[in-house]
Amino acid sequence: MAATARPGFIARRHRSYYFFALPALVVVGLVIIFPWLFTVWMSAFDWKIGSVAHYVGLDNYVGLIRNQRFIESIVHTFYFTLLAVVVPLVLGLIAALIFHREFPFRGLLRGVFTMPMMATPVAVALVWTMMFHPQQGVLNYLLSVVGLPPSLWVYSPTWVIPSLVLVEIWHWTPLVMLIVLGGLAALPTEPYESARMDGASEWQLFRYITLPLVAPFLVVAAVIRTIDALKAFDTIYVISQGGPGTASETINLYLYLQAFAFYNVGKASAVVVVFFAMILALALLLLYVRERAKWT
Amino acid sequence: MDLTAPAPLRPAPAIAARWRRRLRSLGFALSVVVIVSPAILVFLWMLSLSLKNEIDNLAYPPVFIPSPPTLNNFVQVFTENSMGLYFWNSIVVSGGATLIALAVGIPAGYGIARAQAHRLIVLILIARMTPALSYLIPLFTVFQFLGLNNTLTALVITHLVITVPIVVYIMAGHFETLPRELEEAALIDGGSVWTSFRYVALPLARPGIVVGTILAFIFSWNNFVFGAVLAGRATRTLPAAVYNVLTFEQLAWGPLAAAALVVTVPVLLLTIAIQKEIVAGLTHGGVKA
Repeated sequence: MAATARPGFIARRHRSYYFFALPALVVVGLVIIFPWLFTVWMSAFDWKIGSVAHYVGLDNYVGLIRNQRFIESIVHTFYFTLLAVVVPLVLGLIAALIFHREFPFRGLLRGVFTMPMMATPVAVALVWTMMFHPQQGVLNYLLSVVGLPPSLWVYSPTWVIPSLVLVEIWHWTPLVMLIVLGGLAALPTEPYESARMDGASEWQLFRYITLPLVAPFLVVAAVIRTIDALKAFDTIYVISQGGPGTASETINLYLYLQAFAFYNVGKASAVVVVFFAMILALALLLLYVRERAKWT
Repeated sequence: MDLTAPAPLRPAPAIAARWRRRLRSLGFALSVVVIVSPAILVFLWMLSLSLKNEIDNLAYPPVFIPSPPTLNNFVQVFTENSMGLYFWNSIVVSGGATLIALAVGIPAGYGIARAQAHRLIVLILIARMTPALSYLIPLFTVFQFLGLNNTLTALVITHLVITVPIVVYIMAGHFETLPRELEEAALIDGGSVWTSFRYVALPLARPGIVVGTILAFIFSWNNFVFGAVLAGRATRTLPAAVYNVLTFEQLAWGPLAAAALVVTVPVLLLTIAIQKEIVAGLTHGGVKA
């Protein structure tokens, strides 16, 4: 913002308004900015809590590149994130199209549909842990009712990540739905009327009018979903602890182990820096797409 | 929808069309049921588990309706797992962190809105992108040094990471929508910037404050990892305590479900109060939809 603000008292007193932000800036400096800087600084040390720190420069980072387990955790994170972004986007869009129409009890049902979103993640994860149980879990019972073979769910190295994504889908599809619904509410009605007159089918209306118009909202949802899926921790930690073996160990889980099981503060800090750079890069990429793309 | 099209007079196609329409609305009703039922069924299953005795909970095929329902699981988590203490810890931590966030965040939101300092909002977006563990490691180290680990104070301080950005973001957005003219009038009458904030803008901002308070409280309440790392046995917050019920009594499903309900019901109740503003809270710092 240039200093060409609007005339008037408030504009002239801009500087004094900054004082209002001062206490918050102090707090943010202490609990948010200081940890950022401290993390970057610590990442240059070989330091276990309780021992003496040695300056090692970039060794922690070099070590990470050669670390098979860390590389695998990146793969797991991206696999998890891809599924946990794409599926809720598709389902959220469908749900938004449904809730955009008028029907009895719409408000109530929308409220019910959005309940999972605010529920405490740990509580949700615990219930799913019980539902995933291979012998007594209700999910395998439901599979048997419709004639499908039982699954090992989170106890199978192949199925653990898709199963965890299932929880993520259940938890966060409502958020995508609400964001897209906000977009649908702002749609103009004229294009639909004239397209209908020209004999367009429902599918054509959706494909050539609705989809391009809500696309920016889908991108917003994708940004938020990507950030949250990359950072997913609670459900994975509670349900699978990164297991079986390391089959569902994401960067965040690996990070947690390094920091609070092995107390490798230096190494964990290097992981944080790399991890943050990835989140930032992906978010910026998506925002760039949003700026650049022509939706029509 | 079809009112604009003149109805054809031939009877047979008209009946077919009516049936097609009925079939279509039946299909629509079915799709509503399909998308809403997972949400409701998981919560009902949670409730069902919490109200059954252990034998029914481990029965296969599963028992869906508790008969007779029992409150024993709830009694057990409050007496044997001291859920009451952890509930209180959570109220202290989330309440404390929310109050501090309001004290510094309301003026900050006002300052940002009036000084047009939108760049500060970018800071909030970056804070939202940062993995929680990157705050936790430095703060843990510092608390270790200060001897604050395992105290509620340390938890309140750490939870400011969650509550301050939300309150600032919500309040900045809210003050933006308030007309400046009233404040300008106060300034012309010789009031200071502070009086125009305190006596003009602040009273008008009450709805925004309510939303900010509830959102900050919910996100702090739901946080698990800070409590799991920083809290000791007596200072755990609810989510961390509930997780411990899992680890120590692997197969006690009833108490586990009861504990999970105790954590999440307050949040669901608060959510009802702010249905419409939830999106703003969850996407805070993100691009405005």
